[in-house]
Amino acid sequence: MPAKGAQVDVIVGGGVVGLSVAWRMAREGRPVTVVDPAPGKGASYAAAGMLAPVSEVTYTEGPLLRLGVASLRRWPAFAAELAADAGFTGEGDATGLVTGPGAGTGSGAGAAPAEVRALDLRADGTLDVAFGADDMAALGELAAYMEKLDLPVERLTGRECRRLEPMLAPSVRGGLLAPGDAWVDPRRVTAALLAALERLDVPVVRARATGLLYEGGRVAGVRLAPPSSEPEHEHEHGRGEVPGEVRGERVVVAAGAWSSELAEVPVRPVKGQIMRLRSPQPLLRRCVRGTVHGSSVYLVPRGDGELVVGATQEEMGFDTKVTAGGLYELLRDARELVPGVTELEVADVVAGLRPGTPDNLPLIGPSGTPGLAFATGHHRGGVLLAPLTTAILLGEESELAALCAPGRFREIS
Amino acid sequence: MDDLIIAGEKFSSRLIMGTGGAPSLEVLDQALVASGTELTTVAMRRLDPGARGSVLDVLRERDIKVLPNTAGCFTAGEAVLTARLAREALGTDWVKLEVIADERTLLPDPIETFDAAERLVADGFVVLPYIGDDPALARRLEQAGCAAVMPLGAPIGSGLGIRNPHNIELIVEAASVPVILDAGIGTASDAALAMELGCDAVLLATAVTRAQRPDLMAAAMKAAVTAGRLARQAGRIPRRRYAEASSPMTP
Repeated sequence: MPAKGAQVDVIVGGGVVGLSVAWRMAREGRPVTVVDPAPGKGASYAAAGMLAPVSEVTYTEGPLLRLGVASLRRWPAFAAELAADAGFTGEGDATGLVTGPGAGTGSGAGAAPAEVRALDLRADGTLDVAFGADDMAALGELAAYMEKLDLPVERLTGRECRRLEPMLAPSVRGGLLAPGDAWVDPRRVTAALLAALERLDVPVVRARATGLLYEGGRVAGVRLAPPSSEPEHEHEHGRGEVPGEVRGERVVVAAGAWSSELAEVPVRPVKGQIMRLRSPQPLLRRCVRGTVHGSSVYLVPRGDGELVVGATQEEMGFDTKVTAGGLYELLRDARELVPGVTELEVADVVAGLRPGTPDNLPLIGPSGTPGLAFATGHHRGGVLLAPLTTAILLGEESELAALCAPGRFREIS
Repeated sequence: MDDLIIAGEKFSSRLIMGTGGAPSLEVLDQALVASGTELTTVAMRRLDPGARGSVLDVLRERDIKVLPNTAGCFTAGEAVLTARLAREALGTDWVKLEVIADERTLLPDPIETFDAAERLVADGFVVLPYIGDDPALARRLEQAGCAAVMPLGAPIGSGLGIRNPHNIELIVEAASVPVILDAGIGTASDAALAMELGCDAVLLATAVTRAQRPDLMAAAMKAAVTAGRLARQAGRIPRRRYAEASSPMTP
């Protein structure tokens, strides 16, 4: 562990974003310390892990599309390096990863490299389907918009959709295939990041940061909550005593929805309820999404037969209750797309908090205060944007950095 | 343009906005500014009024009055409960009453709506009920003490415009409270038509928030509502089968 007061970077937040930043910095030989009461258990734990910039495109969000496309391009190398650093071979349960019963028998990823298999990174594309004539027309307009942006999409008839995905409801009228879209298992990603950090001897302090330490006009570290306030993590992982503070040269706030409790940032929690189902055999090969009576739903298949159904978007503050209505709507819409889902086992239901910003773009880079930087506000795109976020923070990517500059909101009164 | 007055409160804009469907708070903010709205309705189910940085903060920042609504309620009981929670949280006794009959059409349930309206009026609320284009129901709700009536042009989010202009005219003729055309607006001409028919205001959301350029569509709606109001006040010429020269043909 680096000496107190050395040139340490303190990363506040151990989700996909914070851990990725810590890992890339540690890899460059910079001393870093991660602070999080429960690493990998925030929004990253709930997230479906869609790396789908193309099928997620909306009319007003050109900049977000640019970020997503750039970050998706970085994902394969990011995943391969991560799996290698973590020492994961991808040999099923032998990895010791977060896997359920029957895991590690993925059939769709047979030809993939072992290190990519370990994170369940798949790139089979997203199929966006429509039911009624109106939804079909709306999808057609979206396709025209995507073609104008030179995005690779393919229009399919209902029967073509069902040839690709036979479990789709017969009432599917048509769809759009975004062949380049991918997805990954975020729980495996955070597990791999923690393993990689362990191998790089990066301390992960399991405590909640309650505030920033200031010294001579600059940020000099973070204050930690006394361990008694986090009883459930007290004895975890034997990292020794929790200090009252962690000092460092620079603090990177990557605390997701909680970032606004540490610094003045326009980040708010956006609640998402999400459900994990499990089937003996995968029901789908591609990621499938659709709009059912105006509400949109997606289904993300994992190699081990898990099927993720998500997700609600609610402005409920820090509330993380799973509600009957939330689950009902997810299942109702998922069943409309793929009637077979009702036969599956319910493996997991959680509610996570996305860190939303006013323009849906993240805040990445130095703040106005010396010693303080941000990697937060990724809203629905933390997993997708993690590789790009690290590149921006480490100064490897300048062109897109301006879109994410934390200072862009300061002019708003 | 003359002021809109609802329950004694004045508004210089006759365009009431909804917030549903906006891709981001920033896009919503730009659209609200472009629309010039002074009153905006917010669905209270699945919204914590105490949370920081939410849509309510956007409205407060722009000094736009919040009109809480009961969207998503299927019974009078739920609607009354939602209205009371909104009053407690936001400190307003105004409510846009919306009780939906089914998820497919999102058409309002007239019986549950009337039931809830009676109870809310008795409880001191300023009630603005969302209803079908039914002149009889509109009259009954006015008699029950509602501060305005909000007939639909077409189902929510359908963008089909005003399907029964005749009924809207009948509602306007009989009403002595403001008539606010709510739901169904697809584009600017629909909003102008509502005002030409004599509506006092227009409420819309999807037509703006789901447009390709929400800010531009909001500006179009603002202009359309103004144009329609002015045309109504100016008094249109009668429709004729044959031409009538605008300048005298004979000396």
